[in-house]
Amino acid sequence: MLRSGACARSACSRSLHEERTKDLEFFFQYLVAGITYGTIYAIVAIGFNIIYNATGIINFAQGEFVMLGGMTAVTLHRFMPLPAAILGAVVLTTIVGAIIEIAFIRWLRRPSVLRMIVITIALSILIRETALHIWGESVRSLPYFTGSSMTSFQWGGVYVSPQILWVIGIGVFVVAALGAFFNLTMLGRQMRACSANRDAARLCGINAGNMVTLSFMISAAIGALGGCIICPITYVQYDSGTPLAIKGFTVAILGGLGNSTAAVGAGMILGILESFSIWVLPAAYKEVIAISILLLILFVRPSGIFGSAEAARLKDF
Amino acid sequence: MREPASPVSIGSHDYERKEEKMRKYIGVVLGALIASLISGAFARAAEPIRIGAIFAVTGPASFLGAPEAKTLEMLVAETNRKGGVLGRKIDLIIKDSGASPEKAVSFAKQLIEEDKVFAIIGPSTSGETMKIKGIAEQGKTILLSCAAAEEIVNPVAKWVFKTPQKDSDAVIKIFQEMKRMKISRIGVLSGNDGFGNAGKGQIEKLAPQYGITIAANEVYDAKASDLTAEVTKIKAADVQAIINWSVVPAQAIVIKNARQIGIKVPIFQSHGFGNIKYVQAAGAAAEGVMFPAGRLLVADVLPKSNPQRELLIRYKKNYMSFCSGEECSTFGGHAYDAYTILLKAIGQAKSTDKEAVRTAIEHLKGFVGTGGIFNFSPTDHNGLNVDAFEMLTVKNGKFALLKK
Repeated sequence: MLRSGACARSACSRSLHEERTKDLEFFFQYLVAGITYGTIYAIVAIGFNIIYNATGIINFAQGEFVMLGGMTAVTLHRFMPLPAAILGAVVLTTIVGAIIEIAFIRWLRRPSVLRMIVITIALSILIRETALHIWGESVRSLPYFTGSSMTSFQWGGVYVSPQILWVIGIGVFVVAALGAFFNLTMLGRQMRACSANRDAARLCGINAGNMVTLSFMISAAIGALGGCIICPITYVQYDSGTPLAIKGFTVAILGGLGNSTAAVGAGMILGILESFSIWVLPAAYKEVIAISILLLILFVRPSGIFGSAEAARLKDF
Repeated sequence: MREPASPVSIGSHDYERKEEKMRKYIGVVLGALIASLISGAFARAAEPIRIGAIFAVTGPASFLGAPEAKTLEMLVAETNRKGGVLGRKIDLIIKDSGASPEKAVSFAKQLIEEDKVFAIIGPSTSGETMKIKGIAEQGKTILLSCAAAEEIVNPVAKWVFKTPQKDSDAVIKIFQEMKRMKISRIGVLSGNDGFGNAGKGQIEKLAPQYGITIAANEVYDAKASDLTAEVTKIKAADVQAIINWSVVPAQAIVIKNARQIGIKVPIFQSHGFGNIKYVQAAGAAAEGVMFPAGRLLVADVLPKSNPQRELLIRYKKNYMSFCSGEECSTFGGHAYDAYTILLKAIGQAKSTDKEAVRTAIEHLKGFVGTGGIFNFSPTDHNGLNVDAFEMLTVKNGKFALLKK
């Protein structure tokens, strides 16, 4: 913010210049903060989109996958190096995702949207309470992948934690890998076919049930991976999944449900909005600003910023 | 969690009103007969003293409630093993409020009206305590709160006491330290919960008395995942020190983000930082953070002459073995103090007459607890002053006394 100097221009042109540089530095610092928020939201939102794409339902237990990934990795890290712990956490959470689908979702015939919402919310409570019993209520975290909690890269007066770069890098990789999987591989195309029209897909010899299980496994894996890489920044606790899921869900809706690239874009928009709202307004209004803008966008574009209105009309919700 | 099932009592009041009067009389007479028979048969076995507890064992304040509940379970087991107090065992009923004031209200009513408890320990949070203050007053039941806010005992309510140190004293302790370090321009960050709000109010109220200017004053979401933007705002205000007042995990994120964006000024935390898990979570960034706290966290390095030392070391050791290796936090200590104060008062009153025990608590002097040396009086239902705090810092990932 520019503070208009009370002094004569000639006398303090230098300090004015300094002030401008400072403001520019702060601008970029807020931008970095916004990108950090955005990436965290986006990586959670992607998980929502995968299950939505395969089944047309919102998995409200997605935040719990993120929490499970982080928690498991922290526990495994006691016995093995970090990469192995993360891999182990992703594998274990993927198995949990598969078990959940097989035990609670698979045997339902044409469940209504409302029923699925109730089931997944119940599942999220179940996982959360189980985690409370296993790990207790204390907060945990993984070490920073590079450096420590104080390390940061510095450009002028702008500081960036290396962990953010890890999150962005892995986020980009996940989106690219998903794009390739759904567009280039047979399995990915089969999953998309199931989501477009389950009966037609079945007639083509695709095992629709297995595709749904697979979608739960992929979104559990991505949730867990996200949970591991954001854990050093956000920490993890048995109930840390829910607030992340709320933000992730918001971002998924904002971008247009089902579109992972759009989720990244929407995540950035929400994150940067939140961050800059703090620059000009008291920080306490952050959520109000973010949610008001979300509402506004949804009034104008109900299918999300990047969503297509025509495609939205063909979906259940 | 480990919530013991509350005993269900079926009394004559459970009969429906529509029943005939005669049947009611027969019921009462029969009941009285049976009761007299039972009491005659077991006249020797004294009835246990029933104590209720309302803690946020689960939910957002579980880091308070869980150690409190465990501490109480441990202490009650110990008392009963030793034969109880006044020859009577203690019957403990713990209710898990999940930090919800509504639940605390219904549990308080249930404990007073149905379970007819002798006293209530808890709740864990200030918000809950303020909601049930009136219920304890009406029910004439001793309430020993484990929550921090000063408003719980100021103004004084006849039946309401609290064991944690006052937040105003914590603020004073910080300001005294700042004055010593010649700091006059600060930034304040506080969590958007009851603890954060109460602390923020005290900071704003007391700052002028110590000649301190608050250059930036921001509130952050207790559930935030990253707070870089918030600390950037503090950085822009160009302050000499930061006070970060919160009791939730997000406070550790603040420290980390502040150091990451190159803020090098001292960071002061509230006594809500007294949980080693937060230090572990913040890692290297937590080094040098200063905060006021009870002496429990530094029991091992206290001078031998300190009157609290022996008690603190014993509590630490017992808690660790009771909770299979879990480190104790100051929060469990609040429940420890509440329980031992109550037992001491019962011992001094030599009865379980509520009024007599209440008066006994009001006259306790020099009582050594985990939170400090308690000196109660009819006008002071907390009994602690600023000396209950010690200024601590983080050194090599551990709590240490701040060297002056």
